[in-house]
Amino acid sequence: MSILVIGLLLGGTYALMAMGLQLQYGVARIMNLANGEILIAGAFTTFWFYAGTKASPLFALLLVVPGAFILNWAIYRMFIFPLVRRAKSQGKLEVDSILATFGISFIAVGILLAIFGGEYLDYSYLAQPVFIFGERYGLNRVVAFLASAVLCAGLYLWLHKTRAGLALRAVSVNPSAAGLVSINVARTSALAFALGGAVTAAGGSLLSMFLTFDASLGVVFTLKALVIVILGGVGDIRGTIVASFILGFAETAVATLIDPGLTLAAAYVLFMIVLLVRPEGLFGRRPA
Amino acid sequence: MTDNLKQRPPMLADMAQAVRGQLVVTAAERRNLVISVAIFIAAALVPLIFGGYALQLAISIVMYTALATSWLLFSGPTNYIALSTAAFFGIGMYTVAGGIDLLPYPVLIFGAGVMGAAMATVVGLATLRVSGVYFVIFSLGLAELVRQIMTWLQHVLGTMSGLYVTIDRSETEYYWQLLLLTAAVFLVGWWIGRSRLGFALRIIGNDELVAVHCGINTAIAKVILFIISSAFASVAGALVAPRWGYVEPVVAFSPFVSFQVVIMALLGGTQRLWGPLLGVVPFVLLWELISIEFPSQTTLLLGVCFLLIVYVIPNGLTGIVEDAMAGRTDFRAQLSDAAKRARSVVNDPQANLGKPIREALDQIRANSAELGGTVRDSLRTAIERWNSRNA
Repeated sequence: MSILVIGLLLGGTYALMAMGLQLQYGVARIMNLANGEILIAGAFTTFWFYAGTKASPLFALLLVVPGAFILNWAIYRMFIFPLVRRAKSQGKLEVDSILATFGISFIAVGILLAIFGGEYLDYSYLAQPVFIFGERYGLNRVVAFLASAVLCAGLYLWLHKTRAGLALRAVSVNPSAAGLVSINVARTSALAFALGGAVTAAGGSLLSMFLTFDASLGVVFTLKALVIVILGGVGDIRGTIVASFILGFAETAVATLIDPGLTLAAAYVLFMIVLLVRPEGLFGRRPA
Repeated sequence: MTDNLKQRPPMLADMAQAVRGQLVVTAAERRNLVISVAIFIAAALVPLIFGGYALQLAISIVMYTALATSWLLFSGPTNYIALSTAAFFGIGMYTVAGGIDLLPYPVLIFGAGVMGAAMATVVGLATLRVSGVYFVIFSLGLAELVRQIMTWLQHVLGTMSGLYVTIDRSETEYYWQLLLLTAAVFLVGWWIGRSRLGFALRIIGNDELVAVHCGINTAIAKVILFIISSAFASVAGALVAPRWGYVEPVVAFSPFVSFQVVIMALLGGTQRLWGPLLGVVPFVLLWELISIEFPSQTTLLLGVCFLLIVYVIPNGLTGIVEDAMAGRTDFRAQLSDAAKRARSVVNDPQANLGKPIREALDQIRANSAELGGTVRDSLRTAIERWNSRNA
């Protein structure tokens, strides 16, 4: 039972981080290997904010989200957009963007190391128990889950109820057709990339309320987010949310039953199963 | 899809020979063989002349040449960027470290290759049948995954966090062992390039759909190559394990190894077998400089170097060298080409960057018109004055 509840809480927070990558990969079509580093940057900024002000880490979101949005917009304009323009084909762009973001991820780790040092950082916020179905859980996990749920719902509504969201979904389905109906694809892609980065950083901010981070952990979170996106199906928000819960349960089960150090193995097992059974993901469409 | 075909006109003849399974050595290849053997012999003599620090550098260079060239065997023709070298390298180290009390060392080196090949088979069969991106993602976290599993295994088995490997070897012996491995990598690479497998891979790299329609089993071809490439990385790990003496998960599976291998191969160029060699030598020296001068900023600087290579020399040093050797580097043409490119950037209304430059140019043009006017006016006055004085 406690596995289910912890898995649910963890999965809900993962959903936010994975939705960020989903926007970047599903809409902007950039396989961003530096996604995890953005998440760590969000977590570290929250740590720094909490250490400095002692105000609720939730307020740090006001700082983290716009900051990450601007940062990712700049990354897209400076590094990714030139590649989009020089790419002759989608395949070439994929190779180039993988290489570029791989390089950016190392730069990000270097910058984080320079600012925050190489230690594990965590802080204690709302570390008091709440009782759900008679068992005790950390209040911070519940708060992070609720905050994540609110943000996810907001993002979902924005994507489905506004014109900008519609444009984003159109680009996700078919960039060249979206261009034909006078959607500015370059702008929309940049927006999706920046928004994705902001959402991921918000996820990192919330995760930092109950997880411990160090600067080199980014790759693990990149991988978790990627597994979630692939498991759920590229370009499908519903799938991402469902897959986040699956990964949350799988990780919690492995951590409680076998060893807490093997969480990445859980993600890999899921990844293997998807690749062998249903490579297009749970909600993905099989290519014709 | 014709990129590689264009670079190498005698491909059709090659193809016919490869299909018939014949080994025909052309004059150019004989020349290259002689050059390679000469380089190998010269390289083998290095420890007899140099010692100490220079030999340590030479060991690094040879090790990374083996790793980067074996990386290229797979990632070069297929364009699938493997980020998993560290995983296989670490597996090789652990095979030696774990079995050193049970089996003789040469057996363990062979065993390391087998272990690497086994893991590559599983990874390859799972990911290479689907799409390139999934392979890259899988390879990205592979080192971290194996590290977690090793840490867990050591925890369960109750051993310490690291393992000792005590074999007495001199630096010269390490160097020669790695040099032999490098030679083996090159030989295998040369053989693959001539074989049906290599030909199939070049087609896959250019256009996978075409390859499928030619009747190539693309998945099997890719998996075989990935296995070969990974087995070499594992053997390299096995060869240097005793040199490190103490093997622990954090060090053995450090992501830096994967990163450095990719960066060196890209710097050298991925279109030729000897490409990584050109990248390894300058990069090992540069890396040495960086780690001495800026020990706390290594990650950051490594990332910067990586981006510079990706953006500034996408074809690597081999691209530049080959152009120069083929006399294709017509500097005048290059200059006019660069000017054309600069002009197109400046005139492109979409690029915001162009706007300030365009304005500056207009400014200069206006200024020079003004300046020209002034010069012309003063000349005219001077002439008039001259005329009036002479009149």
